Amino acid sequence: MSDTIIAIRPSAFGAGLRRVPGVAWILGLLVVVFALASRDFLSAPNLLNIGLQSVILLMLALPMTLIIMTEGVDISMGAVLTLASVVLAWVLAHEYSLMFALAASLVTGLVFGIVNGMLVALLKMPPFVVTLGTMGIAQGLALLATDGQSIVVSNSTLEAVYAGSWAGIPQTLLIGAAAYAVTHWLLYQTRFGTYVFALGGNPDALKLAGIRANFYLIAVYAFGGLMAGLAALILTSRMSSGHPTAAIGMEFDAIAAVVVGGTSFEHGNGWLFGTLLGVLAVGALRNGLNLLTIPSSVQVSCIGLLVIVALLIDGFKGKR
Amino acid sequence: MNFATGTLRIGARAADLKTIAYRLAAALAICVVLTAASDVFLTTNNLLNVLRQASLLFLLASGLTLVILTAGLDLSVGANIGMSACIAASVIKLTGSAVLGAMTGVGIGLTIGLANGVLVALMRMPPFIATYGMLWVVHGVTYWFMAGTTIYGFPPGFRALGSGHFLGVPIPVYLMFVFLALGTFFAQRTTYGQEIYAIGANREAARLSGVPIAKRLILVYAVSGAMAGLASLVFLARMNSAEGDIGEAFTLPAIAAALIGGTSLFGGVGTVSGTLVGALILTLVLNGMNLLTIDASWQPLVTGVIVLLAVFFDTLTRKGEA
Repeated sequence: MSDTIIAIRPSAFGAGLRRVPGVAWILGLLVVVFALASRDFLSAPNLLNIGLQSVILLMLALPMTLIIMTEGVDISMGAVLTLASVVLAWVLAHEYSLMFALAASLVTGLVFGIVNGMLVALLKMPPFVVTLGTMGIAQGLALLATDGQSIVVSNSTLEAVYAGSWAGIPQTLLIGAAAYAVTHWLLYQTRFGTYVFALGGNPDALKLAGIRANFYLIAVYAFGGLMAGLAALILTSRMSSGHPTAAIGMEFDAIAAVVVGGTSFEHGNGWLFGTLLGVLAVGALRNGLNLLTIPSSVQVSCIGLLVIVALLIDGFKGKR
Repeated sequence: MNFATGTLRIGARAADLKTIAYRLAAALAICVVLTAASDVFLTTNNLLNVLRQASLLFLLASGLTLVILTAGLDLSVGANIGMSACIAASVIKLTGSAVLGAMTGVGIGLTIGLANGVLVALMRMPPFIATYGMLWVVHGVTYWFMAGTTIYGFPPGFRALGSGHFLGVPIPVYLMFVFLALGTFFAQRTTYGQEIYAIGANREAARLSGVPIAKRLILVYAVSGAMAGLASLVFLARMNSAEGDIGEAFTLPAIAAALIGGTSLFGGVGTVSGTLVGALILTLVLNGMNLLTIDASWQPLVTGVIVLLAVFFDTLTRKGEA
C-alpha cells in the first residue's frame, strides 16, 4: 500500500502494451474466422457498417471503463439509454427543436448518472445492486412514457445525424471519434483521470491526500449517464423512433467490450484503447454472426461466453 | 470453528426474531391499508392468490438467500427459470412423463447453479459478473432452443403442481412451507448452514477455522440453481405454457424479496424465514397495485425503488454496527 497516486498512474500506452496480445488476438481471430466464413465480411461497406454499429456501444463502453476502474459497474446504462431515447423522441414528437430534445435526453442521462453516483459514493451502497434498482426504474419510466409502443418521429435534422456525413466521413463515426478523444483526454490528461485510477487502486490514499474522492466518484457515474444521453441521439436517429426496449441489455455488450479489452474488475487497472479494441471485437462478433444468419439469441450467448473466457484469462494472469 | 460460529448465531438469533417481527408488522400494515382501499383485498380468493404468488417468489428467493448469506449474488436465477421451464416443457411433451420433465427441470437448474459455483468458487470470479455472464449465456441458449415457439398444454397431474388445491389451499403454498422448514433447518441447525454464515460474516476467519470455502460456495450456488429449477416447474404448471422469455421478470423481485426480508448483501446476516416475509411484502404491494388498477408498467419501477430502499436500510444498519 505504499503506492503513491503518481506511481500507480500508468502512461496511456506503457502499462497497456502488455495487454495488446490478448485483445488484439481475439479481434484478429474473429476477423480471420469471419473472413473465411463469409465473403462479405471484409468488404468495405460491411467494415463501415461494423464501425457505424459500434459507435453507440463505444459510447457506453468508454464511461463503463472508467466506472469499472473504480471497482464499480453500471448495469442501468442500457435502460437509461433507452429512456433517454424515448424522452428525446417524445420531445421531438411534441414539436420542440432538436436542440431542446437533445438537452432533455442529456439531462435524463445525467440525472440517472448522478443518482447512481450519489448512492454509490455517499451512501456506500454496492454499485451493481444500486444500478440494478435504477435499471428497473429507468425501464419502468420508459414503458410508462410510451405505453409499450414506439414513438415515431419524422424529423429530417434528426435523421441527418446518423445518415449524414462531413467531408466524406460519416457523422456518426466522427461523434464516436470525438467521444473517444474526450474520454482519452479526461482519463490520461486531467486530474480527474488521475483520481479515477486512484479510486480503484487506492481510494484511502486519495482521502488521506485531502481529495474529495466522493465528488470524483459521483462524476464518473455522471459522465456515464451523460454519454448514455448523447448515445440516445444516435440511437433515436438510427431508428427514427424511441422504443421502450430499444437498448435493453446493451450494457452487457459494453461490459463485455471493457472486460475483453483488458480492464480488470480489481485494483483500478484500466486501458481505454483496449476498450476500443474490445468494442470492435464485440461489433465484429455480432456482425459476423449476423452475416452467417445466426440468430441474435445465440449472439448473446457468444458474448456471454466471451466475457467468461476473458475473465478466466484475467484470473489466471492475476494469479501469476 | 463450531464454537466460534455457534456464538455468532446465538447472538444473532434474538436480532433475527426482531427483524422478522418488524417486517411482519409492516406486512400487516400493508394489509390494513389495502383492506381499507379495496373491497376485494380481504376475500379468501385474493388472499390465497397472494399466498400462491408469494410462494413462487419464495421458492426462488430462498435459494438466493443462501447465496447472499455468503456475500455473493446470483443474477442468473431469472434466466435459469426460463431455460429450466422450457426444457422441462419439451421433455414433458416428448415423453408424456411429468416426472421425467420435473427431474429435467430441476436438473437443468442444478447444472446452471453448479456452473455458477465453479466460476465463483474455483475460478474466483466476482459473483455478480460471473452470474451476469451466465444470465446472457443461458438466456441466449433458451431463445435459440425455443426459436420463438410456445409449448403449451400439460397433463393435469403436472398442472396440479402450480394450480391444484389441497383442502382449499393451493399446492405451491404447501411447497413454500416445506421449503421454509427445510431451509431454516439447513441454515440454522446444520454445520453446513453455520459454515455458510461464517463465510459471509468473515471469509478469512472462516478459512482459517478450516471451513472448506470453495465446496460450500459451490453448494449454495447449486442449491440456488436447483431452487430456480423447482420454481420454474411451479410456474410452468401454473401458466400451462412455456416461452423463451418466461423467467425474465423474476430476477429483480427475487433479489428484492431477500433484501426486504433482512438478508444483507454484505453477507452473514439474514434468514430464510425473513425472505418468506420479504416475498409476502413484495407480493402484497404488487397485488395491491393490481387491485387498485394501477398499470402493470409501474411494476419494474416500484420493484426498483423497493430494492434501492432495502439496500439503503441494509447499508445504514451495517454502518451502525461498524
